[in-house]
Amino acid sequence: MAKKLLLEKAHIENIRLYDVYRREGGYRSVEKALKKMTPDEVTEEVKKSGLRGRGGAGFPTGLKWSFLAKPEGVPRYLVVNADESEPGTFKDRYLMEFIPHLLIEGMICSSFALGANRSYIYIRGEYAWIVDILEQAITEAKNNGWLGKNILGSGYDLEIFVHPGAGAYICGEETALLESLEGKRGNPRIKPPFPAVKGLWDCPTVVNNVETIAAVVPIVNDSGDAYAKIGIGKSTGTKLISACGNINKPGVFEIDMTISVEEFIYSDEYCGGIANGRKLKACIPGGSSVPILPANLLLKTAKGEQRMMTYESLSDGGFQTGSMMGSGGFIVLDDRQCVVRHTYTLARFYRHESCGQCSPCREGTGWMERILLNIENGKGKMKDIDLLWDIQGKIEGNTICPLGDAAAWPVAAAIRHFRDEFEWHVTNPEDCLKRNYGLANYADALPA
Amino acid sequence: MSEETKLFKVTIDNITVEVPPGTTILEAARKIGGDVAPPAMCFYSKLEGSGGKCRTCLVEVAQGSEKDPRPMPKLMASCRTTVMDGMVVKNITSERVIEARNGVVEILLINHPLDCPICDQAGECDLQDLSYGHGTEGTRFEFPKRVFEKEDIGPLIQLHMTRCILCYRCTYVADQLTDKRVHGILDRGERAEISTYISKAIDNDFSGNMIDVCPVGALTDKTFRFKNRVWFTKPVDAHRDCDKCCGKVVLWNRGDEVMRVTTRDDEWGEVQSFVDEKTGEKKPGWICNTCRFEKKKVADWVIEGETNIKRHSVIAQNKYQKLVVPKDTITEVMDGRPPKLLMDIHDESDVNDPAIDLSLINGPATSKTFNNTSKDKKETTKKITEQE
Repeated sequence: MAKKLLLEKAHIENIRLYDVYRREGGYRSVEKALKKMTPDEVTEEVKKSGLRGRGGAGFPTGLKWSFLAKPEGVPRYLVVNADESEPGTFKDRYLMEFIPHLLIEGMICSSFALGANRSYIYIRGEYAWIVDILEQAITEAKNNGWLGKNILGSGYDLEIFVHPGAGAYICGEETALLESLEGKRGNPRIKPPFPAVKGLWDCPTVVNNVETIAAVVPIVNDSGDAYAKIGIGKSTGTKLISACGNINKPGVFEIDMTISVEEFIYSDEYCGGIANGRKLKACIPGGSSVPILPANLLLKTAKGEQRMMTYESLSDGGFQTGSMMGSGGFIVLDDRQCVVRHTYTLARFYRHESCGQCSPCREGTGWMERILLNIENGKGKMKDIDLLWDIQGKIEGNTICPLGDAAAWPVAAAIRHFRDEFEWHVTNPEDCLKRNYGLANYADALPA
Repeated sequence: MSEETKLFKVTIDNITVEVPPGTTILEAARKIGGDVAPPAMCFYSKLEGSGGKCRTCLVEVAQGSEKDPRPMPKLMASCRTTVMDGMVVKNITSERVIEARNGVVEILLINHPLDCPICDQAGECDLQDLSYGHGTEGTRFEFPKRVFEKEDIGPLIQLHMTRCILCYRCTYVADQLTDKRVHGILDRGERAEISTYISKAIDNDFSGNMIDVCPVGALTDKTFRFKNRVWFTKPVDAHRDCDKCCGKVVLWNRGDEVMRVTTRDDEWGEVQSFVDEKTGEKKPGWICNTCRFEKKKVADWVIEGETNIKRHSVIAQNKYQKLVVPKDTITEVMDGRPPKLLMDIHDESDVNDPAIDLSLINGPATSKTFNNTSKDKKETTKKITEQE
């Protein structure tokens, strides 16, 4: 049984309520941080832990915190990004829904480390009921003296606010999130300046994912070194993976980053194998934005090594033969699934969610979606596949925010690894309408 | 700026220029001028916050700075990236940049109607220029284009959203020049549109400036719409005393008629700045709607002289700087007298000779009517009359 840090107590009855949470050892980290540590010591522990951002990019959290500008007389802010809208990712929802006090606790420690007296949780609008859960947790914490003025007599003040978004994926991008939080249209800002210098209301701001902030609790409790011992290499600690697709046990799993992808898919502790006795065809290991991998490249890297559930191993081989850890949305496709249809679905999503600010993304996503729909419906031409490849190359890297990249990568990877499936759609226009699935040549003979 | 401020050295396309810190790459490149300056569809230096959206000004930063010589991995929007000391930038010398720029132009054009033949902006359109420079002959986009209804935003401006490339310049004008902002972007992604909330009229003194900042023909002057092609009009600098604005404008004349009034633009298509006489401040020369839409008589203005246009577009083939001298052969035909206008040649052939009163001729005029030399043309008329 792998070590659990975040979800260990998530299933205790009524852990959502303050009394139960406190009885189970909750808010110990706040006591420790505020009474025995200085803000810099907390930051130092986070640095030592090697904790990496859990929102997708995997940037070291301690380093991010140390970049925060600290001019005199200017307030600083911590903003928790709970705008979890990536298709396939639902880990933060699980955490906030079952154990909301863990997030509040992590926020108090983090805000203390950053010197923020006001912190925000920007939560996606579709999680309306979680807003209530969080607000109840905040009220409880406040009533018990963990929030407000002069917490635990340390002289440190903190208020936490929950701000629901209005259902835009783009507001998960940190600068668009800040714009939205300021009450403006959620358009990403042009960086630099980065939020660490000019963020919310032009003040230094740190934007972190829910899971990242929650992970600060065990780091403060057990020290950064203890946290760093879990995992392999630079992938330290535990990671929440939300697994979905054609697997026997979809759900949120906490893994310490030492297991292999194969174990994750096939062991009964996690996904429990492919559903209905089908074969594994492909998988998106980190949420819809990251490149899709065919089964053979998913389980073994191009070098023939076993692929592990770590940041490094998943991105081994670059985009040619690898993918990314991303936000941990693990989407599994069995051999009945059609990659073209799947790519079309993603393209439609990105077309719908593009903010329309910069031209390559605004126009390019719509163009890709239309071509993919044509191919999917058997109306495609061979040159369309090359055109798709060309368009994604024109979007990637040329946009203000990473949404352009996120829209381009899935299309690029699908063509890179499953080009014959696209060609099959072009050459068999009638069949692809009838059967709606692809060639299914990619499933390897693997342990059932 | 004090003299002690250290200037940053930037090398753009192998040309080094010194600029004060805080300058953007685009502005540094404009200092060099010519082809080195990247095109800009959305950036407008007089509008705070503009830029970064169209992605046509992408450049490659081959060396970040003297201290940190690492190249930047992505292409950077030159309009919003500030220079560092010792930065090395590649614009037209980088194939990657040219390729990306061609891509952006293709993408900008997929939903653009390309209705230049009926568009008022044609001839002074930034997108038209950009397409000539970077566009392809045909399109690879095989789907119906995005179409919007035309919208009247107030009695003076028409919004033709189909042509819009969403540069956001007009929303910055609304934000920064006028008191109450009543228009902005509705919806998102490829459905995003400029609109008033909802279909209200834009009614304030400086709203007309959004016509000038629009890089395409999406916002047009309703007092000028379909009246004339810009290349048939002659721009002259003029001014008047205006209590609302600087009053310095360009009149676009056809004969003695003022076809339209615009701000005075510099060589980058941006409004020029003038020193305010009262405050001594240098301010962009935005003009008010009274000057733009109501003062349409030459008598309203003090004419300063012809406008020098140095831009690259159709209207700017230097034709307004001075009249092109016709070839010597014409002078020869005219007995050594240089023609003032093309009309002069007709003078020589008598076609336009007022002395020949066509109304007196019975039946249609033929070449015979004009067959005489100018010396005895009066007699010709007489003869014709006498014959009758």
